[in-house]
Amino acid sequence: MTTAMAVTERAALLGRELAGEFPDARGRYGAFGGRYVPETVVPALDRLEAGVKRWLRDPAFVAELDDQLGTWVGRPTPLTYAAALSRRWGAEVYLKREDLAHTGAHKINNAIGQALLAKRLGAKRIVAETGAGQHGVACAAACARLGLPCTVYMGAIDCERQAPNVGRMKLLGTTVVPVTGGDQTLRAAIDEAMRDWVADPTDTYYLLGSVVGPHPYPYLVRELQSVIGREARAQMIRQVGGLPAAVFACVGGGSNSIGMFHPFIADAGVKLLGIEAGGRGLALGENSATLSLGSPGVLQGSYSMLLQDADGQIQETHSVSAGLDYPGVGPEHALLQQAGRVAYEYATDDEALAALAECAEAEGILLALETAHAFAGARRFAASNAGSRLLICSSGRGDKDMPTLQKTLLREKP
Amino acid sequence: MGTNAAVSGHASISAAIGAARRRGGPALVAYLTAGFPRKENFAADLKRVASAADVVEIGVPFTDPMADGMTIQRASHAALVQGVSLRWILAELAALSPRPSAPLLLMSYLNPLLAFGLDKLPASARAAGVSGFIVPDLPFEECAELKAALGAAGIALVQMVTPVTPAERLVLLGAGAQGFIYAVTMTGTTGKSVAVPDQVLDYLARVREAASIPVCAGFGIRSREQVQKLDGHVDGVIVGSALVEVLERGEDPVAFLNGLRVTAGQRP
Repeated sequence: MTTAMAVTERAALLGRELAGEFPDARGRYGAFGGRYVPETVVPALDRLEAGVKRWLRDPAFVAELDDQLGTWVGRPTPLTYAAALSRRWGAEVYLKREDLAHTGAHKINNAIGQALLAKRLGAKRIVAETGAGQHGVACAAACARLGLPCTVYMGAIDCERQAPNVGRMKLLGTTVVPVTGGDQTLRAAIDEAMRDWVADPTDTYYLLGSVVGPHPYPYLVRELQSVIGREARAQMIRQVGGLPAAVFACVGGGSNSIGMFHPFIADAGVKLLGIEAGGRGLALGENSATLSLGSPGVLQGSYSMLLQDADGQIQETHSVSAGLDYPGVGPEHALLQQAGRVAYEYATDDEALAALAECAEAEGILLALETAHAFAGARRFAASNAGSRLLICSSGRGDKDMPTLQKTLLREKP
Repeated sequence: MGTNAAVSGHASISAAIGAARRRGGPALVAYLTAGFPRKENFAADLKRVASAADVVEIGVPFTDPMADGMTIQRASHAALVQGVSLRWILAELAALSPRPSAPLLLMSYLNPLLAFGLDKLPASARAAGVSGFIVPDLPFEECAELKAALGAAGIALVQMVTPVTPAERLVLLGAGAQGFIYAVTMTGTTGKSVAVPDQVLDYLARVREAASIPVCAGFGIRSREQVQKLDGHVDGVIVGSALVEVLERGEDPVAFLNGLRVTAGQRP
């Protein structure tokens, strides 16, 4: 559908995005977004929307959030010059180190922000979903910090492949519920978290971990994650002396990427590239490359791009990284693709594993498998754009991936 | 009914519920997941259910039934594994002979309807004798497009309300409702048995006040005791997961549905 859209229409959409018109009053980003949920949770979403309007720009709330980010999360995270990768790739490579944020990934930016909001809204308990477990751990930590009881739903398959994170959540005082229904990964975990929320929408706060779901979640999560791009943009100017030629981030649901990209959207000279999970190949069910290979539809609360069959049934997905293993994507990404502002590509499992190995060896940084997709995309870009200045969102660290790495990269190492 | 172009789906549903009320007790609205437990028995199961119910809801299976509990999740998954699709369901319904006298509604999440195409859906549903749709993930604010498309073909879009729906929203939802109002008896997913406490009756009274069309209560209705408690407070009761389980166990749906009937003489 991107190709069908005239250049003038694309420019008009981008103009509206730049003018801050999205989401509109109905929670839409152009055609995408909205609120497709059971009637039971509509009042809760209305309350959340009112709460977001009331608190997100409130000076006392902002001060409290900034204090948590500065003294507990460890922000600002550094910008690192990757000297060895720069030499190997023939480029100038900078890394925004979200892997150094507390709990090991960008997810904490959103979790602590929403947990603070939940307290202001009088929530008695928090529910959340998790794929790789990074959002679950971030929620568990934020809820422990703020004294809120927390329940995290996690697909049974993900519980196994991200076992270290299950243990971390438990130590942080969270109840972890393995989900054995559906695809037993992130999608099933979201369905189950929503069912929990539907049962008690008044006292329970659903702490959604990505820029997906019904309005206002895609907006709220974007606002809380945009700290990544704001810091990185200022650091590039101050430390490096100019903006990058291209910015890279991995895209599953799309929270680290929207947080990284959003502050750069107005910089017309900066290319933005979102890297999805190409998995084992292009066939339906073999990957999670929603924007690259999907079609529009409604899943879990919003109208966006999906991996689905001709009957509108959602497809099983595959990625070596649990955090990208999801058949939908945030509606604002669908808009940015349609408007031609962000290019979405994919990296395969093997390319991601190779990028993880290269970065570990060259830079002494063990990336999360999700994050490694962004590096694979950047490496490919460098090959045809010699000497470019590149900025990569190093969204998370890879300790949680040891079970998968034992079965892949380490199996081949003597 | 459905093939009679002169009668709108909206009117036929309301009329069927009204007729049942005049015979005594709440109307019975029965739900089954299309193609569950066996795809090849769908037409026969539907005919048996329709012979004992006043209105029938046919569930279109979806991979992500977020408003449904374990029973309908399981039934949807099993139906999908057997290749049940909206296209197939509409073809089966169009081929039914003789046609059931009870109005038929399709209950579907939005995405299978979008994939079918909102341009083609109304005519195909009309040709299949479908009187109405229930779309659990389509709240009022998002429903205008589907409602207009279905309305042009005389097909109703049923609105759900819940115990947490604020008073002013209840008025808004009641004003635009078609066929009947689906009053969800509890927050949560389908299938869990619920008692019918007085606060539910208060809530149903508020819904009836906001509605100019019949009100049917659903989610968690499993027993004749519950139906008796609701008698006089609603125009109909919706039985879903409990009936799906009866079909799953191979028991007689007619006997089960008849056992839920409350007539005037049986009121406590």
